[in-house]
Amino acid sequence: MDLEIVDGDLSSGAPEGPVETRWDRHRFDLKLVNPANKRKYTVLVVGTGLAGASAASTLAELGYNVENFCIQDTPRRAHSVAAQGGINAAKNYPNDGDSVWRLFYDTIKGGDFRARESNVYRLAQLSANIIDQCVAQGVPFAREYGGTLANRSFGGAQVSRTFYARGQTGQQLLLGAYSSLMRQVDEGRVRLHARREMLDLVVVDGHAKGIITRNLVTGALERWAGDAVLLCTGGYSTVYYLSTNAVNSNATAAWRCHKRGALFANPCFMQIHPTCIPMQGRTQSKLTLMSESLRNDGRIWVPKQAGDARRPDQIPEDERDYFLERIYPAFGNLVPRDVASRAAKHVCDEGRGVGATGLAVYLDFKDAMARLGHATVEQRYSNLFEMYREITGESPYEVPMQIYPAPHYTMGGLWVDYNLQSTIPGLHVLGEANFSDHGANRLGASALMQGLCDGYFVIPYTLGNYLAGQKPGTVRTDHAAFAATEATVRGGVDKLLAIDGRRTARDFHWDLGRLLWDKVGMSRDPEGIRDTIGKIRSLREEFWQNVRVPGSGDSLNQSLEYAGRVADYLELGELIAIDALHRDESCGCHLRTDHQSAEGEPVRNDGDFSYVAAWEHSGDPGRPRLHRERLAFDNVHLAVRNYK
Amino acid sequence: MTSATNGTRSYTLRIWRQSDNASPGALVEYRVEDIDAQMSFLEMLDHLNDTLERKGELPVAFESDCREGICGMCGIVIDGRPHGPVPNLTTCGLRMREFESGATITIEPFRASAFPLVRDLVVDRSSFDRVMQAGGYVSVNCGQAPEANAMPIGKDVAEAAMDSAACIGCGACVASCPNASASLFVGAKIRQFALLPQGQAERTRRARRMVAVMDQEGFGDCSNHGECEAACPKAISIENIAVLRREYLRTLVRR
Repeated sequence: MDLEIVDGDLSSGAPEGPVETRWDRHRFDLKLVNPANKRKYTVLVVGTGLAGASAASTLAELGYNVENFCIQDTPRRAHSVAAQGGINAAKNYPNDGDSVWRLFYDTIKGGDFRARESNVYRLAQLSANIIDQCVAQGVPFAREYGGTLANRSFGGAQVSRTFYARGQTGQQLLLGAYSSLMRQVDEGRVRLHARREMLDLVVVDGHAKGIITRNLVTGALERWAGDAVLLCTGGYSTVYYLSTNAVNSNATAAWRCHKRGALFANPCFMQIHPTCIPMQGRTQSKLTLMSESLRNDGRIWVPKQAGDARRPDQIPEDERDYFLERIYPAFGNLVPRDVASRAAKHVCDEGRGVGATGLAVYLDFKDAMARLGHATVEQRYSNLFEMYREITGESPYEVPMQIYPAPHYTMGGLWVDYNLQSTIPGLHVLGEANFSDHGANRLGASALMQGLCDGYFVIPYTLGNYLAGQKPGTVRTDHAAFAATEATVRGGVDKLLAIDGRRTARDFHWDLGRLLWDKVGMSRDPEGIRDTIGKIRSLREEFWQNVRVPGSGDSLNQSLEYAGRVADYLELGELIAIDALHRDESCGCHLRTDHQSAEGEPVRNDGDFSYVAAWEHSGDPGRPRLHRERLAFDNVHLAVRNYK
Repeated sequence: MTSATNGTRSYTLRIWRQSDNASPGALVEYRVEDIDAQMSFLEMLDHLNDTLERKGELPVAFESDCREGICGMCGIVIDGRPHGPVPNLTTCGLRMREFESGATITIEPFRASAFPLVRDLVVDRSSFDRVMQAGGYVSVNCGQAPEANAMPIGKDVAEAAMDSAACIGCGACVASCPNASASLFVGAKIRQFALLPQGQAERTRRARRMVAVMDQEGFGDCSNHGECEAACPKAISIENIAVLRREYLRTLVRR
């Protein structure tokens, strides 16, 4: 591929020296804003998930003015709410050998050595504070009989460091952050703007100084000026159409910042989660995740014989292949997500998949029921089993679950430095929307940790460093940049409404999702990706001639909202494919069939690709410029990941 | 799915259409064909909307997000029941296998004066946020928290608090109540914090302020119909309302 490459301009800005003291030293070097001056600064926080709500409430507690936006009717519905399994922290309560260093090491290794050491170490260091904060808020974590906090195991680790609240950990952590946010709204330090969608970033003299939102009820375009913008808008798994994400999750805010100059890093690193309810057909609107915690007690298997159509209870033990336990005896069913997903795909490709489509494997609790008893299994998993039964009509107490991998989380996102600032000064990016901590594969129970770490414990320090260099309130909404940006947004809205074609936005989204899933999904080859890039371009051209968006722009119009998101996905989809083609190695979730071992494991190319690929928008979605941030591994020895 | 009852079904839908809170609304009849038993109720509505969009008509506005029963965004009245006929289930979890082919299904928004209508099946539940702003929190700034295990909390207490904390804020309790009372919603939050040691410092102030805002927002009184518990997708017990009353009474003797 003919690429324009820029080297040497991206630096994380993390201090050198011992990794254990980098954050402490950096915090001391960060500039501070005087307490009396904080109220003069306004921070625009876009999103109210774990990252957004924790950042907005904490900045308000410090004394800043915060304007907080969300697309839902209330901040409590942000998609963090759906996280089930848990949140990691290096508390070492079970006394089983955990430490900050081990969480750091597991995360770097789990990410297949494509994450930044400084950020990951900081994440591990701060993890324990998050649990303290959440408990103080009244988050009802699971407890032992003695009253101490309970832990369980998650994939990619051999210690139990995951804290949980039944199968609703994300909900409880989000409600904790939401409660702090509501307190700040009551105090008048946060102004809440629900049902607003950010449609563009206002950049003045190279700095992020505002946003344009669409009021989703009235259709009005609104201008908001601030001294900094925090983007906490989540990931882009719904680019595949079918994913475990909420149907309104989207990349529009992030993508429009990208088009204003923020680099987009590692877009092809997409996590395909192994334990989801399998796809059924064209009318399905989303896929449902079954928590990874099920792999603590459930055993994953397929028949040894391809084409074995017997019911699971009629297949004797010696004709079953517990393939994860067989291939990875050390970690068994608790291998990291990318490894489990690939293995499931592999056995299905061999014709050994089960269920109506052959694209499923069993997750069986028969042995757990025998070992633990019905009551214990029910106590641990009842809400998940119930959810499965509601969807499929089958009870996992009686028959094995059927599961298959599905798009779940995006490790890629807007590039940020150690201060979480993007390449546009003043624009900071938190949580899943940034790229920084998970490399090429995220470990289970680490997303909640990162979102809250960014919001509670990183941005409150690093944002001050930026603001200390800015005179407060210098740009108001009557600045020409606001008028120009609003005109761009209005042009985009009008253009969508004027096409009046024959196909719905959903048709295009479905087609894009299938193209990406088939060739830029769990396994990728250069020919397939090249072909897909061409097809995405054609689809995008067709979209702009043939999409039909009914209604008008001046009132609630869900078709218009959706069409705008699909339009952005048709560009981001191409960048994902370009990145997947460019990264001529396998790593983590990015498996290139031309770079795998005899056993089908990914083979990295550290000599040539030990870097973050950060893409700059050039105006033409097909011709992005590549910036490379070299990754240094001073503390963790680069090795082949081994879970055997 | 092995249990899928395949084959196509058709339904007559009577759906509430109303362009905004100021305009009159009416039930409008639609016909949907080719519905699979495995489809969710909201996917059936997606299907209807696709058909309408292709014809250039305005689709039916309805809200949903996670579509796995946890975000609380979906919520409509189906044949007179908030979230439809299956107990302890959100609208998004409802499958078309629950409806006989050929049936007529009436679909309406959650109705309550504290939930003004936005369009069609979309209502404004921001009154819930304002009740939360009055006291649905523990006042602890980030950075002040003590070591998490310094405060032991019995397993049974944590479990009971979690039972209340499981509320998803969908508003079905209000929509099902003849008085449009928010007592179950408010009681669940009050009970969560009344049980936990973290909630003790602000216990009186919280109950007093949350109840005051609940009244101010136009929610009605509770008169023990119990419809809320039956409609709640998370099976939040009416015991939470008893706790709400107790906690409110407590504020009257503790000034």
